[in-house]
Amino acid sequence: MTPSAGDGPAAQHASMSTDASDLSMATSEPTSFWADVWRRFKRNRLAMVGLGLIVLIVLLAVFAEVITKYNPGTIDPIHKRESPSLKHWFGTDQLGRDMFSRVIFGARVSLRVGIFATAIATVIGVVLGSLAGYYGGWIDGLIMRITDIFLAFPYILAALAIIAVIGTGERTVILVLGLLGWLAIARVLRSTILQIKETEYIDAARALGCSDFRIITRHILPNAIQPVIVYATLFTGSAVLSEAALSFLGVGIQDPTPAWGLMVARGKNFLSVSPHLLFFPGAAIFLMVMAFVFVGDGLRDALDPRLK
Amino acid sequence: MEPILTVRDLRMGFDTEDGFVQAVDGVSFDVYPGEVFSIVGESGSGKSVTALTLLGLHETPPARIQGGEVLWKGRDLLAMSESDLRKVRGREIAMIFQDPMTSLNPVHTIGRQIGEMARIHEGLNKKEARTRAVEMLDLVGIPNAAQRVDSYPHEFSGGMRQRAMIAMAMSCRPGLLIADEPTTALDVTVQAQVLEVLLDLKDQVDSSIMLITHDLGVVAGLADRVMVMYAGRQAELGTVDEIFYRTRHPYSLGLMASLPRLDDVHRTPLLPIEGQPPSLIRKPSGCAFHPRCRFARLPEPCATDEPSLRLVDGDAHQAACHFAEELESSTLAHPREGRG
Repeated sequence: MTPSAGDGPAAQHASMSTDASDLSMATSEPTSFWADVWRRFKRNRLAMVGLGLIVLIVLLAVFAEVITKYNPGTIDPIHKRESPSLKHWFGTDQLGRDMFSRVIFGARVSLRVGIFATAIATVIGVVLGSLAGYYGGWIDGLIMRITDIFLAFPYILAALAIIAVIGTGERTVILVLGLLGWLAIARVLRSTILQIKETEYIDAARALGCSDFRIITRHILPNAIQPVIVYATLFTGSAVLSEAALSFLGVGIQDPTPAWGLMVARGKNFLSVSPHLLFFPGAAIFLMVMAFVFVGDGLRDALDPRLK
Repeated sequence: MEPILTVRDLRMGFDTEDGFVQAVDGVSFDVYPGEVFSIVGESGSGKSVTALTLLGLHETPPARIQGGEVLWKGRDLLAMSESDLRKVRGREIAMIFQDPMTSLNPVHTIGRQIGEMARIHEGLNKKEARTRAVEMLDLVGIPNAAQRVDSYPHEFSGGMRQRAMIAMAMSCRPGLLIADEPTTALDVTVQAQVLEVLLDLKDQVDSSIMLITHDLGVVAGLADRVMVMYAGRQAELGTVDEIFYRTRHPYSLGLMASLPRLDDVHRTPLLPIEGQPPSLIRKPSGCAFHPRCRFARLPEPCATDEPSLRLVDGDAHQAACHFAEELESSTLAHPREGRG
């Protein structure tokens, strides 16, 4: 790092101190891989904003009872569709329920759906992707054909079809999103494993007596999991969005559960008279999805060793 | 003395789109306890393939073993199940690879990787494995082993990584260590140190070494016996002195003549072996080396009859050349001294 002519003494000082820290990292203290990733992640402002947002949303969701004054389900027909005020920060909805409470409690639903759907998709994707990538041959062929078939299904349509059969509800939404979401994870992981499988340290692990299971879990996955982490983060955002879409279409979360997509769907009839019914849940969806996308992008940059 | 490893008439190759590649063609040899047995040859001569076959490390297909026996302490490794073979790998026969930069897993600490051997094969717990790793790092001459055990591979230099690889391979005290070009990727100055560590550790854990290399300098300093391979076949097999000073195969002779010598006061030019190694799909007729051989008598017998490996000198010096005995004259065996 050479300070350019325009740099003041402060900039020079800053660049010197980073040089020094790089040097100490290379020579003395062993630094773990994840400490390095965190160091690079911290430098990414958007990613830190995203992470801050996620932490904030999680805190709001966890302490929803403490934060809100009103029960999100309490109907108050006299005060319906009131505009935001000091009493009702986000106003009230068409049944007089406090919008602020509903948006805050809605975060719980979105987080649950996002996290559990991602967990299901990741587990299926990692298992199938590992098997396909490591063993190759007919196992690979079979798994990849299954993903092709799944990919050929229109996502929302497939979700609609499954829900039509097994019924609506939060669990159904989680299951459907998870079961349809592993495709990309499996494919990404498979192609990464195909590269890693050829490296000498995998040969060495085999030559020194590691079992297939150990090679996959201890030697391959830690090296191949980075794109999966990035993808899973982005998928969490898209699962939140899909849940909102399904709820909007009426096949997702059902009343009276406070879910953002559902609130947008119910509020759309009052767009011109009470825009706050759409604005607050819509903004909440937007912020949460954006936060996950920022973090996902930040992780991708931080995890990519070529950008070091 | 009984050999610990006996290979008899090993024949294997690979199915490719262009045809069957006969990578190893009827190779037989023994490895005795405590010795350094070296396999020498150019790239593609079948030396690494032979070693990997012993441990069943080729994917089948495309690899195909046509025949032969690999007896390790009396058991046939070629007939063993994968799970039995896994218990041999690392514990009884260990292996280190050419490039220490890529043969250590970048996401685990050095100590964890060394300790993994003992955890798999001896069932040590985490703490015991770590202690073992420190001991092993100490044995291969890594300073501050207790601290360095927690380092990651990228924090080690090439020479240190190869030492760590040796520590890893030797941590279960294997009876045989297969070292595939262990110093090729290292600086010359580091090579000697690593080889010294290798020999030192061999004596300490009482194992044998199968050293695969194309570097005759390394062979001369380290090996007890040498096998020269060409195009998947054995060209010559004997003690290191026999191979170097009573060479009985034109190919070995060619390898030696292409080696620069520090004691060469007459500045004789290096003599390369003309031509390229042959295709293993369509090998030359007769002796595979005849198109490049300075002494070939054509067409008969060199281009028509394949010479078999036979005793040519002493009680164990074997060579596969029709005219092995004629190479005896000192002008042929030591062309440079002859000219002096």
